[in-house]
Amino acid sequence: MTVAPPKVLTTLDVNGAPVQVAFHPNKTLLEVLREDLGLTGTKHGCEMGHCGACCVLVDEQPVLSCLALAIEMTGHKIRTVEGLATNGHLHPIQQAFAECGAAQCGYCTPGFLMTGAALVEQHGGLSETEIREAIAGNLCRCTGYTKIIEAIQLAATRMERAASSGYSK
Amino acid sequence: MKEEELPQVSTATNPDGDARLPTPAHDASSVIRRAPQTPPDKPEGFHVVGKAMAKTDSFTRVTGQDKFADDIFLPNMLYGKMVRSTVPHAVLKRVDASAARALPGVVAVATGADILVRYGILPSSPDEMVMALDKVRYVGDPIACVVADDELTAEEAAELVDVEYEALPAIGTIDQALRDDLPQIHENPRRTNNIHKEAHLEFGDVEAGFAQADRIFEDEYFFEGNTHAPIEQHAVVAQYGGDGKLTIWCSTQTPHYLHRIACAVLGMPGSQVRIIAPPVGGGFGGKTEPFAHELAAAYLARKTGRPVKIALNRQEVFYAHRGRHPVRFKLKTGVKNDGTITAIHLQSWLDGGAYGSYGVATTYYTGALTTVTYKVPAYKFDGCRVFTNKPPCGPKRGHGTTQPRFALENQLDKIADALGLDAAEYRKQIAVDPYTSTVNGLRVTSCGLRECIDAACERTQYKTKRAAMRRGKGIGIAASAYLCGAGLPIYWNDMPQSGAMVKVDRGGGVTVFAGTSDCGQGSTHMLAAIVAETLGIDVMDVSVCFGDTDLTPVDLGSYSSRVTFMAGNAAREAAGKARALIAQAAAAKLGSAQERIGFAGRRVYDLDEPSHALTFIAAVQLAEAQFGTLATVGSYWAPKLAAGYKGSGVGPSPAYSYSVAVAEVDVDLETGAIQVEKITLAHDVGRCINADSVEGQIEGGVYMGLGEALMEEWPFRAGEHKIPNLLDYKTLTSLDAPPIEAIIIETDDREGPFGAKEAGQGPLNPVIPAIANAVADAIKARIHSTPITAEKILKALDASSGSTLRLKKMPASQPPPPVPA
Repeated sequence: MTVAPPKVLTTLDVNGAPVQVAFHPNKTLLEVLREDLGLTGTKHGCEMGHCGACCVLVDEQPVLSCLALAIEMTGHKIRTVEGLATNGHLHPIQQAFAECGAAQCGYCTPGFLMTGAALVEQHGGLSETEIREAIAGNLCRCTGYTKIIEAIQLAATRMERAASSGYSK
Repeated sequence: MKEEELPQVSTATNPDGDARLPTPAHDASSVIRRAPQTPPDKPEGFHVVGKAMAKTDSFTRVTGQDKFADDIFLPNMLYGKMVRSTVPHAVLKRVDASAARALPGVVAVATGADILVRYGILPSSPDEMVMALDKVRYVGDPIACVVADDELTAEEAAELVDVEYEALPAIGTIDQALRDDLPQIHENPRRTNNIHKEAHLEFGDVEAGFAQADRIFEDEYFFEGNTHAPIEQHAVVAQYGGDGKLTIWCSTQTPHYLHRIACAVLGMPGSQVRIIAPPVGGGFGGKTEPFAHELAAAYLARKTGRPVKIALNRQEVFYAHRGRHPVRFKLKTGVKNDGTITAIHLQSWLDGGAYGSYGVATTYYTGALTTVTYKVPAYKFDGCRVFTNKPPCGPKRGHGTTQPRFALENQLDKIADALGLDAAEYRKQIAVDPYTSTVNGLRVTSCGLRECIDAACERTQYKTKRAAMRRGKGIGIAASAYLCGAGLPIYWNDMPQSGAMVKVDRGGGVTVFAGTSDCGQGSTHMLAAIVAETLGIDVMDVSVCFGDTDLTPVDLGSYSSRVTFMAGNAAREAAGKARALIAQAAAAKLGSAQERIGFAGRRVYDLDEPSHALTFIAAVQLAEAQFGTLATVGSYWAPKLAAGYKGSGVGPSPAYSYSVAVAEVDVDLETGAIQVEKITLAHDVGRCINADSVEGQIEGGVYMGLGEALMEEWPFRAGEHKIPNLLDYKTLTSLDAPPIEAIIIETDDREGPFGAKEAGQGPLNPVIPAIANAVADAIKARIHSTPITAEKILKALDASSGSTLRLKKMPASQPPPPVPA
């Protein structure tokens, strides 16, 4: 026994599949993803909602997983960096980040990828200003954001081109 | 389909081809090449080096597959929490952990009395304890460590550790530290104040230099402290195995130094301790020394027999610090009327915080590189680092050279103005020449300073803009130099600073083993690229095993921008030996001369008759058959460059990189708000191993410099850090970051691997003074301290106009009506 409240067993919808998981109900979504589901791709940089490293998608919207209780996530669709690639193919945003050198140390990267994925999947014709505004809640200390913005632009362009040629995500 | 119908794969011989696609590489437009593209030792020309391509580890970074230290979870693992001082300066009267120990789920508690060893990253200042024994020196100083079955219990138990303090007066400023009537933070019978280190150096005839000067300029500057704030918080996992061996996974830039100090603190031989440095989520110098929580985790893992993880929270990262020293300067420069410098006297006072850290080196660094950019015939330096009751300061990107560069370049612009010289032309006029030495005995090799000035000015149309700007808009230039690796190791020894091992597999894969730590600067790709270039294969054919004291040869670590130069040279030597073996075997088979064997495109061929070729795999197998297992080693020793005087160990480097920044700003003269419109930065990298990575380092350095120039601060109230979180500690977001243009200048250093120097730290240094100089151009007044804020701009405008006009414009305020009772 410890001071932690007893675990609860619940089902979460993570990366397109239901998963049963038992966790201490005081835990944030971030902690349950990393510690109870082994999905360590999602990172933490402050656990106070300041840095954006822990961003995941909840029902396709960017959410700071350090500020969300896992217990409140039942019935919602959670998507993490591990769920971006499909059938061994990188998501266009991942491909673009790798190609553009948008990931230096790579620690803030999953947060940027999720914010960026929501952006490029839901919006077309993005201007640089729109991209800068969308990622303003994600901090990066390595890149100066230059290559991150380039990468999101590249992913957006590729996805638009693919969509116009009949490819759907 | 029946099994018999399936095609049979023959394993009798290896397939010649390889299904993996080469990494697409392209030429970067940002590179200005002066270096030869087919040097004598690279007759095939470059196929990897110098191109722009995705880093080999980019693809695992974007999938979340890479394991950082805190991503490691071991069975039966305990979670640790440090108990930290809540007061800045006190005698520790009592530490009572009985209530914490009694909490269910708590497995062990350690206090200062458990580890009676003092250590420090520099052998000259071993002044730290893992946990305080009888004194605490800053808010955040570790006192105890609790480990429990889960993190929540550890946190709760940490609160239950009862600490009784007897408060001492806290020393908060440099001035207080210099006083004789306040208690000493570290007892030192040889002094009556809190001075930690003094350095006094004089080169050339300084007195005569000032006597010859037509003009003498004297100014005071203050560079504010700031911190690295990597997004990854420090984390460690320690495991004590059944075999009595201790393994420590740690977010560290210096696994070798952690190895040495962990062994010393825990009293274990090096053979029984293994340090693994997983990818580091940003370092910037903040993870270059052993931290108390790392040693506490190791101690408690051994004590409990269970793995222990300690991950610092963001507040604790601010306490761990080791960030940029706040430094006050007095700078005196004598010049002739044509601008020629006759003498410089630089005085620096460093606010070191509570412990030594790298501070002795930092003190010297505030003076060491003054002479490496411009010709200085006589130079005097006085440095003084003091202890204060604040988190310890240490090395941050540009280590100790960033602060004086702000002062030097700021004053240089003032001199140019006073003498009626163009700031850019003036810098070219006094720039050091390649392959010379400085008055303080530093050897300069390749130097692209003038080329950097020209490129940055041309790209920004500096001269046109400088002449034509309206008031409020400004353009400014500044230059700097940085080390390509400290010439000497932290502890004096004659062994190589970097080693590398290359193993060639008969399947065509090559593994390079090096003790480097990849903190995002790209060392992993750099090693792969150097080996791939040497052996004529694709970078993705090379695996890099790094940062593991059991598996990899020693590399001193990712600090002082040393890894490309030193580990790169070691890897190049190791790969070169493997190349020679393969070439010998291939030459025999092809009937060619060994020195006419080329390596490119996964082929080994006759340079004079390229169709006469073997696949790389076939050549490797011939070599393995002839020589046995193909494994080679390389070592790098820096040339002995120290001049021999006390303090001469700080400053020498096998080469220096050069950077020039041009900043364009728009200042609102009513509000003082400053908008940086663009930064253009030209960097002499020697030769870029990967142009994309060099661009990325330049952009990152510029970004970090911008934060220091404009907003990052290290403020304290009553001994407490006022803003230990990422919301209040302001850094640039995507909305603040201006466009950054990187220009890469190649000068081909004779000793660098393929001519390469460094890009990790140098590009930060000129950014801050370039902004200061642009602001001065915009408002016709100089700001002498960082960060350059709206408030300081308004004050400077007031001072230069001789009035407090803006304050007079403020409407007279009426006191609010009293609150009704």
